[in-house]
Amino acid sequence: MSRRKTERLLNLVICLLATRRPLSAEQIRQAVPGYDRDGDEAFQRMFERDKNELREIGIPIDVVRDPWEDEPGYRIERETYELPEITLEPDEAAVLGLAAQVWQRASLAEAASGALLKLRAGGVATDQPIGTGALELRVDTRDPAFPALWNAVRDRRVVRFDYRGAGSESVRSRTVEPWGVVSRSGRWYLAGYDRDRDAPRAFRLSRIAGQVATVGRAGVVEVPPGVDLRAMVGFPDEPSDERVAVVRVRQGACEGLRQLARAVRPGDGGWDEAELAFTDPDRLAGWMASLGADVEVVGPPDAREAVIRRLKGAMA
Amino acid sequence: MSGSADRLPRLLALVPYLMSHPGAQVGEVAAVFGLSEKQLIDDLQLVWMCGLPGHTPGDLIDVSWDGGEILIDNAETIARPLRLGIDEASALLVALRMLAASPELAEVRGDALPRVTAKLERAAGDGAATVSSQVSVDVDAAPDALPRVREGLTRGRRLSLRYYVQGRDEVTPREVDPMRIVVVDGRAYLEGWCYRAEAMRLFRLDRVLGVEVLDVPADPPAGAEPRDVTAGVFRPSPTDELVELELSAAGRWVAEYYPCEQVTELGEGRLRVALRARDEDWILKLALRLGDTGRVVSPPDMAETVRREAGRALALYAHQS
Repeated sequence: MSRRKTERLLNLVICLLATRRPLSAEQIRQAVPGYDRDGDEAFQRMFERDKNELREIGIPIDVVRDPWEDEPGYRIERETYELPEITLEPDEAAVLGLAAQVWQRASLAEAASGALLKLRAGGVATDQPIGTGALELRVDTRDPAFPALWNAVRDRRVVRFDYRGAGSESVRSRTVEPWGVVSRSGRWYLAGYDRDRDAPRAFRLSRIAGQVATVGRAGVVEVPPGVDLRAMVGFPDEPSDERVAVVRVRQGACEGLRQLARAVRPGDGGWDEAELAFTDPDRLAGWMASLGADVEVVGPPDAREAVIRRLKGAMA
Repeated sequence: MSGSADRLPRLLALVPYLMSHPGAQVGEVAAVFGLSEKQLIDDLQLVWMCGLPGHTPGDLIDVSWDGGEILIDNAETIARPLRLGIDEASALLVALRMLAASPELAEVRGDALPRVTAKLERAAGDGAATVSSQVSVDVDAAPDALPRVREGLTRGRRLSLRYYVQGRDEVTPREVDPMRIVVVDGRAYLEGWCYRAEAMRLFRLDRVLGVEVLDVPADPPAGAEPRDVTAGVFRPSPTDELVELELSAAGRWVAEYYPCEQVTELGEGRLRVALRARDEDWILKLALRLGDTGRVVSPPDMAETVRREAGRALALYAHQS
């Protein structure tokens, strides 16, 4: 943005805030330096662009249509423009400072620091450090899809993207009404209504391939009342059908496994016997195979078979 | 906020800042706004050219910065900052809700969090309150080790840990001088000087199987500095060996889980990735875990080691249990 334009926009903001009565475009043209030297058409185009730019940075411009006037009038209402009075106690300001740091260099960093700057400009002191410097909290939003999905959630807009399901060999296009984005165990998920499946679904952001496109107008998506986004991306708390595997463990090896085992019985011939809780034989097999020739899964048979399959796969 | 497209929002915050901080120093204000002193003076010169319609001297904003002390007058129209945008307010509200759920903060925050959250919600309006309820960062439950680790930190004592290293399936004893707790994406780590590694290390608190506060003052070597975790917690050393893997669709999780230096799509969901192996045992365990969903392409002798170890393990299953 050129210096001349910044000057014109700042004068425009001041002019629209200062006026009590709405001003017509022609009155604004007379009052704000920078508009005066252009022809009618050039002025109209310039004024349209300027209004849009002010709205983009969050400045509310009222358009007033008076039945007695041909032209609409414009003004900025002070109450909707101004940051309301806000005073923070020192401990509140400290917590807010910590909150603003959470996004540092993540995609919301600019929004967070912009907010902090406005609050400071409004007289709030937000620079005291929190009680101890020994704590740092961070959130990562490195998934390229994050900014587009944040915008879609904010604007209540339908999105479409290519998605690869877990372990799937192909990507498929999905059309989703976004209800929210949730980070869980270090991964971001989109929760929403999958129009293709006709059901609520959660999507891992890291599995979205390519760009997120918006579909249709803003304001269309309705989040059903009472929907629990966290539950949508969560895993069941109580593992279903927990079973026990019996595993022979080489003596002197697999300390970690021994720590996590339900029970370890000393055996002979250089081997001990351990009991491990598991639900999914394939997950157990991944862990057991990773330990190589230091463990042998004795049973149950499906777990033993799963390990043999893994190891044969690693041989190939 | 030094780009020219951000200039107008910056000026609309700068003027109220100067109004509420009369006599502020050029250097101090430049730092708050992330500007050089020269850029700030340029902003002040621009503001000084603006004002109420009429633009007679009496209508213009009056700014002076004699002796580096900034005074502003005749700017009542824009004396208050613009209200928070939805993104701005939501970013803070989402972060505040995350802090409210973080057990690491339980002692520090007192009741300041709910108070400031309520104030911010009031100032922000409905839009931001709605959006911020649709974005959340889930936080892991408080790890058992947390209270003792915090005790070590506040009392400045060395800690003795029993730490589980998942990649090697080992439990190792460690003596650590704690320096801070870092919570990344809802997961808590202790960062400190590890005497076993003789280096700064991050320990995931949920993998600390036991912790004791020693009666020894923490005394990390001079120059031991916390790491910048912005780029992620795992940071393999560039001197570690580069290993190439080919993954099937079912093995793609590796690329999501570990930082890869190169990721190439091979079609049908298959990937070729290059990553740094912390040590040979780590990559061997990973390759065995992958089974037929991934294989080591290079170095070739690593691929051979994997086959040999898989064969040794399979031999255990040759007899009928």
